[in-house]
Amino acid sequence: MPLSLTEIMQNTKINNTDINSDQTKTQFDEMYGTTDSNRLPYDGYNEWFKQQDPKSLKKKSNEAETIFRRSGITFSVHGKNEPTERLIPFDIVPRIISSKEWVALSRGLEQRVTAINSFIHDIYHGQEIIRAGVIPEELIIKNQAYLSKMIGVNPPGDVYTHIAGIDIIRTSENEFFVLEDNVRTPSGVSYMLENRETMMQMFPELFASVRVRSVSDYPKNLCRSLNAVAPPGCQGAPTIAVLTPGIYNSAYFEHAFLADHMGVELVEGSDLRVVNGKIAMRTILGFQTIDILYRRLDDDYLDPLNFNPDSMLGVPGLMDVYKAGNITIANAPGTGIADDKAIYSYMPEIVEFYTGTRPLLNNVPTYRCSETDTLAFVLDNLSDLVVKEVHGSGGYGMLVGPAASKRELSEFSKKLVNKPENYIAQPTLALSTVPILVKSGLAPRHVDLRPFVLMSDKIEITPGGLTRVALKENSLVVNSSQGGGTKDTWVLNE
Amino acid sequence: MLLNVTHCTNYKFTAPVHYALQQVKLTPATRFGQRVISWNVEINGGRKELSYIDEYNNKVDLLSITNNTSNISIKCSGEIETTDTNGIIGLHDELVPLVFFTRTTELTTPGSMIRNFSKVITRDNSLRSFYELSAAIIDAVKYKTDTTNVLTRAEDAAQSGSGVCQDHAHIMIAAARYAGFPARYVNGYLYIQDKKEQSASHAWAEIYLDAIGWVGFDVSNGISPNDLYIRVAVGLDAHDAAPIKGIRYGDQDESLLVSVIVEQ
Repeated sequence: MPLSLTEIMQNTKINNTDINSDQTKTQFDEMYGTTDSNRLPYDGYNEWFKQQDPKSLKKKSNEAETIFRRSGITFSVHGKNEPTERLIPFDIVPRIISSKEWVALSRGLEQRVTAINSFIHDIYHGQEIIRAGVIPEELIIKNQAYLSKMIGVNPPGDVYTHIAGIDIIRTSENEFFVLEDNVRTPSGVSYMLENRETMMQMFPELFASVRVRSVSDYPKNLCRSLNAVAPPGCQGAPTIAVLTPGIYNSAYFEHAFLADHMGVELVEGSDLRVVNGKIAMRTILGFQTIDILYRRLDDDYLDPLNFNPDSMLGVPGLMDVYKAGNITIANAPGTGIADDKAIYSYMPEIVEFYTGTRPLLNNVPTYRCSETDTLAFVLDNLSDLVVKEVHGSGGYGMLVGPAASKRELSEFSKKLVNKPENYIAQPTLALSTVPILVKSGLAPRHVDLRPFVLMSDKIEITPGGLTRVALKENSLVVNSSQGGGTKDTWVLNE
Repeated sequence: MLLNVTHCTNYKFTAPVHYALQQVKLTPATRFGQRVISWNVEINGGRKELSYIDEYNNKVDLLSITNNTSNISIKCSGEIETTDTNGIIGLHDELVPLVFFTRTTELTTPGSMIRNFSKVITRDNSLRSFYELSAAIIDAVKYKTDTTNVLTRAEDAAQSGSGVCQDHAHIMIAAARYAGFPARYVNGYLYIQDKKEQSASHAWAEIYLDAIGWVGFDVSNGISPNDLYIRVAVGLDAHDAAPIKGIRYGDQDESLLVSVIVEQ
């Protein structure tokens, strides 16, 4: 049932008082809380920090950049007046999460990913959630991300979301919200690994005094996790390959990095073909069967015979091989529908429907502009809201109301009126801050967190994840494509 | 009626092919109104990589062409027993949700002609209104070969005033979807007593009507499919239901020769 306008107003009022109003008072800093006393998780770090010479820290900071440059870790951005390849800025002050906080957070993540996986299975099979009237049928079946070719397909182990990168934001001591569910092809894990490696290289003594949980097992765990869902006909040790769109992709570095650290082949579509009913890669010894394909390519480009015929990046026949049960594709095709932001707005209901329990992680209140009353409300309150495209990602095509000019607001209003179903709106939440190192010392900047969740025969979550930080003062946009930076993320041992 | 089908498709390439794939949907299934007694798909010049049943219950074979082949032929033959069900296929019993069949596709995007056609459709007595629509389409779009091709969109065919069975089916489907009815495209065979040898297979539309289920409409012949028809594969449109869809690497051109024999 759509909310009435007054209900929406009331809801928003609650948000306003809880989260949104008077940011200076409610602003939650993860190092200092809302007061000036340290929060417990940062005690060990601060002790160390006090003994450091600010000048040498600055030097270390420059050193970090050199390390990153040498490792070749770059990111390409789509925008004007910018070089296409650049470094993601790294800040040397870590973001620290206590063991207790992490336990709570990972329970919530496990619940959420379990529900999403069940949801995807359901919409491609019996569609119980539609029959139960929880989600409108049109929103799913007529969604462009709904792949009819996945209907009735049973992926090995019934796993769809092998790798999820759920974006989390924090607004207070005990409040965490999911901002986005990235189950299509989440990226960023290489930065998580490189950030830690760089920190350990620069500050070995720090890791001796503060007990931080290791993240370095991620590639090994990913390998194990994928191997556990090899196709049923696979004999002997399964062969894994990472499928990349190629060197022009913004995350190419990561694709190469992961293949290297997992000890598997990095392949492009043109390296593969159908041989004996399976997908095989060209090697100097002839064709070798691939059992598990970790693809970093969107559905539409995956297979020119079955999807976009103009795709030069995919593997013709891949979907046929998949439907015949002869390969595992991670993540499964058709998973991207869970990233749709209109679907996101139903996530609390989805979690409850499939797990039978209340969601442990909050959803950001989301206004569906497709509903007439809601659209009117959104238009009236545009300058207080964040508006996103339902199919968008990476921070492209969105409007941050409080930061937008009058002209931008009026232009966006037109877009909204023209195609309301293409947008959702959310209140601007006061993301927590963590200090970064600036010339004058430490200064608070807004952060989010992308933990990486692996799913196969069990769920594994690497402690921490990728912390993205908005480098501009007061900015809430943390996306690397929009000038955000990253931090090492620590989860403390008990 | 007992019908015997022999359907040969022959591709000739102007230069040898190193690698190509063909996705083939040429196997009819036993269902209400038809029973498959025997069916055989014979491939020369290529090899069968795999088979599966797709989301519409079509049987799909994936063929590969390697080793510098310059000729591939696919010969389907078999015997089917059909009964006249007045075009009625029955209630929807597949996994693909009915509402999926109201999705428009590139080939069935409605324009002004389609929107006009759809005005004929009524919710009450919908079956009769679809017969009226079928008659209106064949009246406005005459059966004529070589005026359209496999890529012609429904609206363009309607505007041009002539087309073949594919175009008629597309127009019917587009108009039905525009009026909110689930509709799909069917590929199959038609037995014509004085024309046993044909140069192509046949196609028609199926529309879902509440309480009746899927009903076939052969606009080109102005009737619902009866025991002269054999249903082979379905999809959202001709592209989706295509009997053979291929991808080929290299600079060659291809020429295609099809012969269909349907006899009693």
